[in-house]
Amino acid sequence: MLSEWLYVGVFFLIAMFLPAAAIFIAGILAPKKPNPIKNSTYECGIETVGPSWIQFKAQYYVYTLVFLVFDVEVVLLFPWAVAYHQLPLFAVVEGVIFILILLGGLLYAWRKGALEWL
Amino acid sequence: MTGLQIAFLAIAAVTLASAVLVVSSRKIMHAALWLVLALGGVAALFATLEASFFAAVQVMVYIGAIAILIIFSVMLTRRVMEDAGPQNTRYWPAALVVSLGVFGGIFFLLLQWPGFTIEARPVLEQGDFLVRFGQALVSPDEFVVPFEVASILLVAAMIGAIIIARDPSRK
Amino acid sequence: MTPWYQDPVQFIAEWLRGVLLGWGMPPDGVELVLTVLGAGTLALLAMLWVVFLIWYERKLIGRIQDRFGPNRVGPWGIFQPIADMLKIFTKEYITPEGVDRVPYNLAPVLAVASVLLIWAVIPFTMTVMGVNLNVGLVYIIASGGLGVLGIILAGWSSNNKYALLGGFRAVAQLVSYEVPMVVSLLIPVILAGSLGVNDIVMAQRIPYLISAPVAALIFFITSMAETGRSPFDLTEAESEIVAGFNIEYSGLKFGMFYVAEFLHAFTVSLLFATLFLGGWRGPLAEQIPLLGFVYLVVKTFVVYFIVILFRGSLPRFRIDQMMDLNWKLLTPLALVSLIVSALVAKPLEGMPVAQTLALLVSNGIVLILFIEGTGKKVQRRREIVGKPRPLAVPHPEEQQGAQSTGG
Repeated sequence: MLSEWLYVGVFFLIAMFLPAAAIFIAGILAPKKPNPIKNSTYECGIETVGPSWIQFKAQYYVYTLVFLVFDVEVVLLFPWAVAYHQLPLFAVVEGVIFILILLGGLLYAWRKGALEWL
Repeated sequence: MTGLQIAFLAIAAVTLASAVLVVSSRKIMHAALWLVLALGGVAALFATLEASFFAAVQVMVYIGAIAILIIFSVMLTRRVMEDAGPQNTRYWPAALVVSLGVFGGIFFLLLQWPGFTIEARPVLEQGDFLVRFGQALVSPDEFVVPFEVASILLVAAMIGAIIIARDPSRK
Repeated sequence: MTPWYQDPVQFIAEWLRGVLLGWGMPPDGVELVLTVLGAGTLALLAMLWVVFLIWYERKLIGRIQDRFGPNRVGPWGIFQPIADMLKIFTKEYITPEGVDRVPYNLAPVLAVASVLLIWAVIPFTMTVMGVNLNVGLVYIIASGGLGVLGIILAGWSSNNKYALLGGFRAVAQLVSYEVPMVVSLLIPVILAGSLGVNDIVMAQRIPYLISAPVAALIFFITSMAETGRSPFDLTEAESEIVAGFNIEYSGLKFGMFYVAEFLHAFTVSLLFATLFLGGWRGPLAEQIPLLGFVYLVVKTFVVYFIVILFRGSLPRFRIDQMMDLNWKLLTPLALVSLIVSALVAKPLEGMPVAQTLALLVSNGIVLILFIEGTGKKVQRRREIVGKPRPLAVPHPEEQQGAQSTGG
């Protein structure tokens, strides 16, 4: 078990190292000629006005929030799903009740218009 | 020093350092990013304890959802990239004394517990762990009531957050 | 010693272990060296494989669009991606002013790393895989989350309004489509009884495409949305927000995002083939592992072909259509099919054939009900305001002339 996670840790480090090494090598091979016009922020050919900040729509937050709730729900359901073969029928029904309650929550969000993209 | 101890020390050092940087970063966005590293460190600690499910879930829920939520909520403030100045308080010597005292007190109390220096026994051999966990979650004389209440709690959280985050000009 | 034809990777590993122990390395060090070598080889092979994938896709898209793909550089253009790579390696890194350096440089690395991490748990044959992590499926979902983090870093650190807007939209899309994906992944877990990917493959006497077609469909659609492929590629639509979150990236940093997207599309096909088509399973796959690898490659390329077909033939979704599709069709469908599969599979536990048939029928009923029930509601119909007005009315004499010649 620990050796498995050691492999994952090593793999993660290698997976981060390989693109970083490639980018580094390309950084050496490529020319470097910065000038103020090239380095200015891109705005379809015109000058940028004001700081780089846009109005943050609350809708993004609501989507991420609903995703979080469903993510935690699925995390709680994973052990139930793994133990499925050993569970009696009423335990399966308990899991189904869990999902139904969350389906009700989703329906509420739908009816309240929280899932509309403005 | 076994390899596991070295790994634990390294991961703990990274986690603690990033936790300190979360609190003391001048730019709030950097604080959010250091938080991501701290949460990743906790996931790695779970992995060293052979709690595979919790390590993976920590990354999936905390880094994959909560960190994004925190970054979004940070971006809701206008001054995301402003340098907020040094984050130290004037009374940091008193804070240091209090925290060292609390740490010493807890450490002393834990030393009285005989289980402090014994390595923890595994709950079950890992192959059956998830199955046993699943059974415990839905079995009537174990944890089924908290399981169902958890779903109600999640729905309540979702409803509450939607009500708060909704545009008040809409009906 | 395992004979080389039965497990070539294990054979090489044992030989190396013997050599290194003979040199006097401590056993822990030997294990570490073998781990590093194995992980490094897998990651390197995955990244080099992208070169072939780029050629394959460009040729295929070309054929779908009734033209040859690249065919100048080498026979059938197979050296084209190498020429592209040489070009992109020597492009200048134009770093705009005001970027936050560390997130800016970390984002492409994180994007590629999150896709490469998935390759560690996929079984290529019965015994060849990175690790058989017993929580492999959760690990896969977790690495998807890392990719989302990379995108938000890219969008935010570029100090550019368009990048920020593109980054937000991309994250909103990715995060929304992750909900039906994780819910639909619960169904193979229910049927297999384990979270480990190799366990799921070994439990597929009948491929889960037949026992859980709705889950397979939802996984396929949401995975395509997760990779940002057409028709879900709003976030990189040039006409809309000018390449989205990777505007300010040039040279190989942009190349890394590109590599990440192609590799992600292939990885998704690999995952689909593993989870729903039976992976390396097939006739004689247990006795001859190499045959299992061949089966996996064939199945993956079938799915990859379909993914590219979708890209070449479907127009792009609008962002509100995409969100409606996700929250109003796919998520309820995934949840309902999960409930139905769980309730149907339990009473018929001991009888695999009856269970599979019952699951197939119930999934079909759920799908039909959903498509009938929500089709009209979810589609937005823009009202026609006023009568359609022609821009020009032909002259009456010309009209008569046209009619007499039977025009």
